[in-house]
Amino acid sequence: MTILRVGVLALQGDVREHLSALRGCGAEASTVRTPAELESVDALVLPGGESTTMSRLLQVFGLEMPLRERLAAGMPTLSTCAGLILMSREVLDGRPDQIALGILDVSVRRNGYGRQVESFEADVPVSLLGIAPFRAVFIRAPLIEHAGPESEVVATFGGNPVAVIQGPHVGLCFHPEMTDDSRLHQLFVERAAAALEVSAA
Amino acid sequence: MTGDKTAANGHEPHTGGLRVKRGLAEMLKGGVIMDVVTAEQAKIAEDAGAVAVMALERVPSDIRRDGGVARMSDVSLIKEIIAAVTIPVMAKARIGHFVEAQVLQSLGVDYIDESEVLTPADEEHHIDKWQFDVPFVCGARDLGEALRRIGEGAAMIRTKGEAGTGNVVEAVRHMRAVQGGIRRIASMRPEELMAEAKHLGAPFDLIQEIHRTGKLPVVNFSAGGIATPADAALMMQLGCDGNFVGSGIFKSTDPEAYAKAIVAATTFYDKPEVIAEVSAGLGKAMPGLDVASMPAGELLATRGW
Repeated sequence: MTILRVGVLALQGDVREHLSALRGCGAEASTVRTPAELESVDALVLPGGESTTMSRLLQVFGLEMPLRERLAAGMPTLSTCAGLILMSREVLDGRPDQIALGILDVSVRRNGYGRQVESFEADVPVSLLGIAPFRAVFIRAPLIEHAGPESEVVATFGGNPVAVIQGPHVGLCFHPEMTDDSRLHQLFVERAAAALEVSAA
Repeated sequence: MTGDKTAANGHEPHTGGLRVKRGLAEMLKGGVIMDVVTAEQAKIAEDAGAVAVMALERVPSDIRRDGGVARMSDVSLIKEIIAAVTIPVMAKARIGHFVEAQVLQSLGVDYIDESEVLTPADEEHHIDKWQFDVPFVCGARDLGEALRRIGEGAAMIRTKGEAGTGNVVEAVRHMRAVQGGIRRIASMRPEELMAEAKHLGAPFDLIQEIHRTGKLPVVNFSAGGIATPADAALMMQLGCDGNFVGSGIFKSTDPEAYAKAIVAATTFYDKPEVIAEVSAGLGKAMPGLDVASMPAGELLATRGW
């Protein structure tokens, strides 16, 4: 079996932390900024950053359509914070021209947890990960206002969903790449490998 | 690290800790932070793909031209800019002016720049940044200055360059000084670290951390003199995490085009064909100044201690 090749969308954001977490899980990890680089990976991480910046660069540099095609063909994804916004069905308080790829059946409100002074971390239990909670870091995080029937909520905080799973996709409001806890990256790599019938490591 | 308010554990939301302060800077990596003086400029910056804006009354080249005392921006202006855009808004406080910083925090700005571009309020001490929930970015000319600021609680560093000149030479000098300082420490033997801490005037624990990790503990952007897409890409290839662009955008002949081109060049910094493509037909860059011929009293980068 071949080893899972994971790309990290590297238009802007905390790319390095994701690369490091993925390699720690045994996956091959590389940056994706061009259609050719997207073509060369099996699965994709959409990192934290500014969703409006990434959205504009996706459009200007011809990556939006190839990305939509790969997603339609079932490419697994892990999306964190700004990445979750890009992957969602509906974006509230976003810019009118910003991309919603419409894969995750969630409606998100940008900066729904407030400005930077309200950014926070907390222990969040995640079903699928066992008893130990996940130290979740929320930075100007999007709020999932509604999770539709196609997405499975696997963690909540303050009554709102903060982590969803949908087929081969994992979507998070927070930043697992900002901690040393690699369980969510491991979960993503294993699910992606199973979906594609390749080896996780 | 001294003064960090990060809690070890707990189900209660914990704000103002080191991880969320440094974390926002991590999210800005690979992006461009643009100086803006009106809400309209802030929208142009956001449209062009800026990751954040710096709300100012005057861009550095105008501060330089006007002289006098440069202070924190007008509060109404900062509020208008916060209301106009969805991306993070930064604002500048004078070096050592912790009350300006308190005011900016109360306004809800996302990052405070304790900046040498404004006239210093204290010529010996910087702000004790650990006292704030809002994160700070500070300027530095070399590694020692960067580590003193991090020791005071800065969650992000930007090399100073020479703001308002449109001349990248000082930005290059300062980025090389910081990167070279890091490489030097990484190659040292452990018993040499204390002498290096003394030599740099920097906290010993941070010197030890750099020796262990080979990198600065916070994100380091470039600033001060970046005027073209090629300038932005040069700074990225020299190892910065992203760019602040001040006068370079709104003092060019076509700010919207410059803004978009500098954003693209920061992302595709290692692809000359992309830099060439976005540089075509841009119009004139901001007028530049020869830093070497400027009187010492006009240099902003020497402010900060």
